[in-house]
Amino acid sequence: MSSIKHKMPEQQPEIRRRNFDEVALGYDDTTAKAEASRCLQCKTAPCRQGCPVGINIPAFIKHIREGDFTAAIDEIKTKNNLPAICGRVCPQEDQCEKFCVVGKKGEPVGIGRLERFAADYARARGRKQKVILPPEPLGKVAVIGAGPAGLSAAGDLARMGYKVTVFEALHAPGGVLMYGIPEFRLPKEIVRQEIEELKELGVEIVVNAVIGKTFTIDELLTEEGFDAVFIGTGAGLPHFMDIPGENLNGVYSANEFLTRVNLMKAYKFPEAGTPVHAGKRVAVVGAGNVAMDAARTALRLGAENVYIVYRRSEEEMPARAEEIEHAKEEGVEFRLLTNPVRIIGDERGWVKGLECIRMELGEPDESGRRKPVPIANSNFVLDVDTVIMAIGQGPNPLIQQTTPGLAVNKRGNITTDETGRTSKEGVFAGGDIVTGAATVIQAMGAGKKAAAAIHEYVQNKRKGARNSQ
Amino acid sequence: MFTILKKQELAPSVKLFVVQAPLIARKCQPGQFVILRIDEDGERIPLTIADFDRAAGTITLIFQEVGHTTRQLGRLSAGDALLDLAGPLGKATHIEKFGTVVCVGGGIGVAPVYPIARAYKEAGNKVISIIGARNADLLILEQEMATISDVLYITTDDGSKGRKGLVIDPLKEMLAAGEKIDLVMAIGPVIMMKSVAEVTRPYGVHTIVSLNPIMVDGTGMCGGCRVSVGNKNKFACVDGPEFNAHEVDFDGLMARQKMYHSYERREHRCGGDCSCHR
Ligand SMILES: Cc1cc2nc3c(=O)[nH]c(=O)nc-3n(C[C@H](O)[C@H](O)[C@H](O)COP(=O)(O)OP(=O)(O)OC[C@H]3O[C@@H](n4cnc5c(N)ncnc54)[C@H](O)[C@@H]3O)c2cc1C
Ligand SMILES: Cc1cc2nc3c(=O)[nH]c(=O)nc-3n(C[C@H](O)[C@H](O)[C@H](O)COP(=O)(O)OP(=O)(O)OC[C@H]3O[C@@H](n4cnc5c(N)ncnc54)[C@H](O)[C@@H]3O)c2cc1C
Ligand code: SF4
Ligand code: SF4
Ligand code: FES
Repeated sequence: MSSIKHKMPEQQPEIRRRNFDEVALGYDDTTAKAEASRCLQCKTAPCRQGCPVGINIPAFIKHIREGDFTAAIDEIKTKNNLPAICGRVCPQEDQCEKFCVVGKKGEPVGIGRLERFAADYARARGRKQKVILPPEPLGKVAVIGAGPAGLSAAGDLARMGYKVTVFEALHAPGGVLMYGIPEFRLPKEIVRQEIEELKELGVEIVVNAVIGKTFTIDELLTEEGFDAVFIGTGAGLPHFMDIPGENLNGVYSANEFLTRVNLMKAYKFPEAGTPVHAGKRVAVVGAGNVAMDAARTALRLGAENVYIVYRRSEEEMPARAEEIEHAKEEGVEFRLLTNPVRIIGDERGWVKGLECIRMELGEPDESGRRKPVPIANSNFVLDVDTVIMAIGQGPNPLIQQTTPGLAVNKRGNITTDETGRTSKEGVFAGGDIVTGAATVIQAMGAGKKAAAAIHEYVQNKRKGARNSQ
Repeated sequence: MFTILKKQELAPSVKLFVVQAPLIARKCQPGQFVILRIDEDGERIPLTIADFDRAAGTITLIFQEVGHTTRQLGRLSAGDALLDLAGPLGKATHIEKFGTVVCVGGGIGVAPVYPIARAYKEAGNKVISIIGARNADLLILEQEMATISDVLYITTDDGSKGRKGLVIDPLKEMLAAGEKIDLVMAIGPVIMMKSVAEVTRPYGVHTIVSLNPIMVDGTGMCGGCRVSVGNKNKFACVDGPEFNAHEVDFDGLMARQKMYHSYERREHRCGGDCSCHR
């Protein structure tokens, strides 16, 4: 048996750096079966503890090995509403694959790649799950935010037999899957299809509905007659560095840059109405997944030089190893141990340079990572015309401000117990709005947990109401 | 889909739509806005809710054709529909009885000023309004403003209607004459709002402006609408759009509004020489 994962075919770097098509192309049947044969079918299945939604990993892999791909996807779908998405964007190396025993001596089983394979197989054949819904809905639940947390809560509740309405502020559902993660990592058509499947379960999605504005949570619970509300509004508030020059033209938050390109299709401008300024020399500040996505997007829009500017070293970069590798292959240049201090503008108010200072690593800080400290008099100017800030996002405060009785922590994240229950009766929350920016599958896991808690809450409430009659 | 029930031309290139939008009409307050998208490839643009009818479930939008999207909008007719309409967005105007309020509206800015001025009036204020435009043809909502104002001044750049001059002229005179003004609300081109701020600053009269930076989502997600107010960055879509005029960095706002000039030009067959870019 091979000690390494079967490679997934990819578009060549020199070609893909100039197009928005998907980079990784997926396994074919033979490779999928071969990869599935690497799984030892462990009785204890340690891999499962790494999956936030608890997929029965050996079971679905066994089906793939035996060539029963539809059985594989059916198995996955009992736990995961959005497998084609997770198979692509889960940081598997930190989740399921981290615990795989095969990984102790070589590379772990390519669980994510196999999940993707099964999901794509089913999608290509238009295979849908069969669900039998109860004739009378068990109750009415409102879900706020159509990101992974909200969508997975909605899917689970719909399958249990609830009438679910999802309210989404933007014109398209999907959350970060739609506006943040680029087409070349996660084709939007896949997101749309997975959402279509939810609609077929009876989930109603109302777009252009900004909760806190169009409706408040209290109105949903009282006037609109929802039994419970799930809040999955994500971490959508972009942070800036508060350095001089941040309001110059040519400075973007990663959110704005990526939204213009992904959600608004600015790469098709002028056929699509929204423009984006990509520039020729682009500095992306930060080194997480968001930064890699912004940098690789800038390349694809035609930038000649794209720099990742990061104040720590390679080791501390929070992005997935695979994404860093992809970015390097495509020609993104890394300026590590480098921190921006000022953005320099020209007389017309446009970026013409990014002044940085070099850093060195000092003592470990509270996060356990060695703290970067500036080296005196090491300032230099990076010659760029665009600066993209990808230094993190916080919670959007709209709902918290308009919902009396909803407890939040000092960062503004909604506080919940481990089942997703908030301080306000009938209101549940999960995903990035609770944890701060995390991962797609963690948000989905939180949505699932909350769905179960909502079910319990609504049924108890209804029982209580019947008993008191 | 959000159907356009009525279309009216208020002035050359200034149009009024009454749009079916019951959820927004139910909730909106003066000072708030919507973000719309005409079709699948369309851009998201913000427009102020110029009026609303809760019973009929409609809102009124008044817009000036300045570029690609507003011109495309202008080509729609009653019976057509907008693909997306989100709102009501932004904070509502703080309305209470202040005493005497001066409402200044320049150009298309009269549209957003109107519902605010009306609300001030209904709250028991004395409302002095000053509305202006480049010329008589471009002046909008004169009748409506007259009805809800205790005093109405009209100015035009060329004197073709009302006084010749700028909207700040009557304001300057009132302040110089020592008239007691408790609040000034000004909406219009940035340069106009900036001059109003400069006129009232020495007198210490509290002045509010409604800012119109470029927006994308309108929900606080992109930061594209950021403006420096009191040396702090604010997101106009959620923290505003109204701010204390004496704290706003108007020059920064003007520079940022030009961010896509060269792009918008590229899409025009005329190469950008058409009237919409002057
Ligand atoms: C560029 C980028 C790349 C990433 N790459 C990865 C990756 O490769 N792998 C990975 O696992 N994770 C990745 N992440 C993180 C991951 O996307 C998030 O952790 C995940 O999307 C969180 O899901 P969520 O449902 O909590 O929130 P979101 O996906 O943020 O969805 C929230 C939704 O709520 C809506 N909303 C907000 N406020 C309101 C309101 N008041 N009313 C109605 N709707 C509202 C928003 O418009 C949005 O659609 C990435 C994130 C970004 C930004
Ligand atoms: C909160 C808010 C409320 C608004 N209310 C109204 C309204 O009630 N009626 C109305 O006519 N307009 C209003 N605007 C301005 C309106 O959104 C812009 O005119 C519109 O987005 C221009 O789009 P376009 O594609 O037609 O023009 P573009 O082709 O995008 O641009 C044409 C020209 O307008 C400039 N421009 C682009 N966006 C803006 C903007 N947001 N503000 C000012 N100039 C801009 C461009 O720099 C360019 O010079 C409002 C803006 C905001 C932020
Ligand atoms: S959902 Fe993610 S964590 Fe779970 S098995 Fe699939 S790839 Fe692994
Ligand atoms: S730990 Fe690895 S080898 Fe064992 S069942 Fe899970 S995937 Fe298969
Ligand atoms: S328009 Fe995006 S944050 Fe205001």
